[in-house]
Amino acid sequence: MNADKTDSNKNTPMIKMTNVKKSFGTKHVLCGVNLEVQKGESLVVIGGSGTGKSVLLKNILGMMEPDEGTIEVDGEVTTHIKGRARVELMHKFGMLFQSAALFDSLPVWENVAFGLIHGEKMPKAQAREIAIEKIRAVGLSAMVGDLFPAELSGGMQKRVGLARAIATSPEIIFFDEPTTGLDPIMADVINDLICQSVKELGATALSITHDMASARKIADKVAMIYEGKIIWCGKVDELDNSGNPYVDQFIHGRADGPITKHSDFVQKKSA
Amino acid sequence: MPIAFIFNFLESIGHSLYGLCAAIGRIFIFAMKAVSHIFMPPFFARITLKQFMDIGFYSLPVVGMTALFTGMVLALQSYTGFTRFNAENAIASVVVLSITRELAPVLAGLMVAGRVGAAIAAEIGTMRVTEQIDALVTLSVNPFKYLIVPRIVAGTLMLPVLVLIGDIIGIMGGYLVSVHALDFSVGSYLKQTYEVLESADVISGLVKAAAFGFIVTLMGCYHGFNSGRGAQGVGAATTNAVVSASILILISNYILTQVFFS
Repeated sequence: MNADKTDSNKNTPMIKMTNVKKSFGTKHVLCGVNLEVQKGESLVVIGGSGTGKSVLLKNILGMMEPDEGTIEVDGEVTTHIKGRARVELMHKFGMLFQSAALFDSLPVWENVAFGLIHGEKMPKAQAREIAIEKIRAVGLSAMVGDLFPAELSGGMQKRVGLARAIATSPEIIFFDEPTTGLDPIMADVINDLICQSVKELGATALSITHDMASARKIADKVAMIYEGKIIWCGKVDELDNSGNPYVDQFIHGRADGPITKHSDFVQKKSA
Repeated sequence: MPIAFIFNFLESIGHSLYGLCAAIGRIFIFAMKAVSHIFMPPFFARITLKQFMDIGFYSLPVVGMTALFTGMVLALQSYTGFTRFNAENAIASVVVLSITRELAPVLAGLMVAGRVGAAIAAEIGTMRVTEQIDALVTLSVNPFKYLIVPRIVAGTLMLPVLVLIGDIIGIMGGYLVSVHALDFSVGSYLKQTYEVLESADVISGLVKAAAFGFIVTLMGCYHGFNSGRGAQGVGAATTNAVVSASILILISNYILTQVFFS
């Protein structure tokens, strides 16, 4: 009986979206998204700009509420929860933002320790120690802790953002276009750090990106979103043999293919 | 054709009215949410204290200068007016009542709207645009408690303090001009000021100041929190915060005066 229970717990996906729809006025951004991320798995959602990748993340985090469908986190339906219950739920999450989104009024160490001090009510001195340790873990020297975010380069800001995302040892980490705006070498460094930190925490990772090199490196599984739906989902090594013309066009970055053909059609129609 | 024109005209009026009602509703809900969070833990004492400094202490020079020169001009202007009726003795009463009841709270409110309201809207707007507010949420911190409540509390409590200091400086400005430029006697000017002033005059001004402080910080927070994207969005949020706060100060000043003195 007990073994059964653990078994079913194991099989409960960490994140499950069922038929999630979200529109803004007449613009349908998510048109019935079905997605599952298993515990300890790293899923990367790929897709062009404006296909609803960010809206997908914001719906899971509760910053937007879906019009239809359900979202489950660790077996618990979280679609419409708000207030204190939402704040409690957020303890499970960590997120690295596209722009790093560091608090520019606080020094770096306080940025990293923010979730520990304010979210988990840890004493400041102890939180600082953990913050410095995390700053070191992302390859920066402890001295960086006393600088302000505006004094850091883009790559360093991303590292600090990553340190902040992993500081509270969350069960689920979101990466929103982690390599956008970085040079290829720094992008690879960040990819490595992501792989390493996710592995060390044993966390579940959900990333969105349009950088295929990054997707191949950090993903166990890849899902492609197109016109508000997940049109393909599979293991990362199946990506090249997906048999899906949309996926093929996207991963090879071709200007000609079903995606652009379709958008040409939309343009002509609206003209 | 004329009928179509009339319908179009009515439609645009209706549309604007609908938009106005919607905006008032949104601001009201935002205000209620902010006020309810004031009384619910967790409290961010250190951040609130910092806002007391930013909103209160650093507005002191602006409010002080405004009060000083308003008091001085008031004495000068009422002198030129009142000498025509041989009523120079009323200058002290005019200065002290105008400053405490109206000018100190309203002008301080408007100055703080320009200084603090704009800064709040720009700061929170930039935080919205650069996803810092979303980051707060993912770090299990309610942005209302961390960003909005400290500013509104500091604004509501600090503006009365600023106005009290402004009252003193403004009356002193009137005194300086009357005694040194207009050759009034020190004793009679001060005596008249003291005799005419009642605590209700000062208290009504301070209550107004609290209301204006609430309005200024609320408008700054609301417009910043709902800022549009990019530099243009933040710019518009800042403008809207200052303009709406200034207009609301003038409207609510009339309403409060009606309540206090009618």
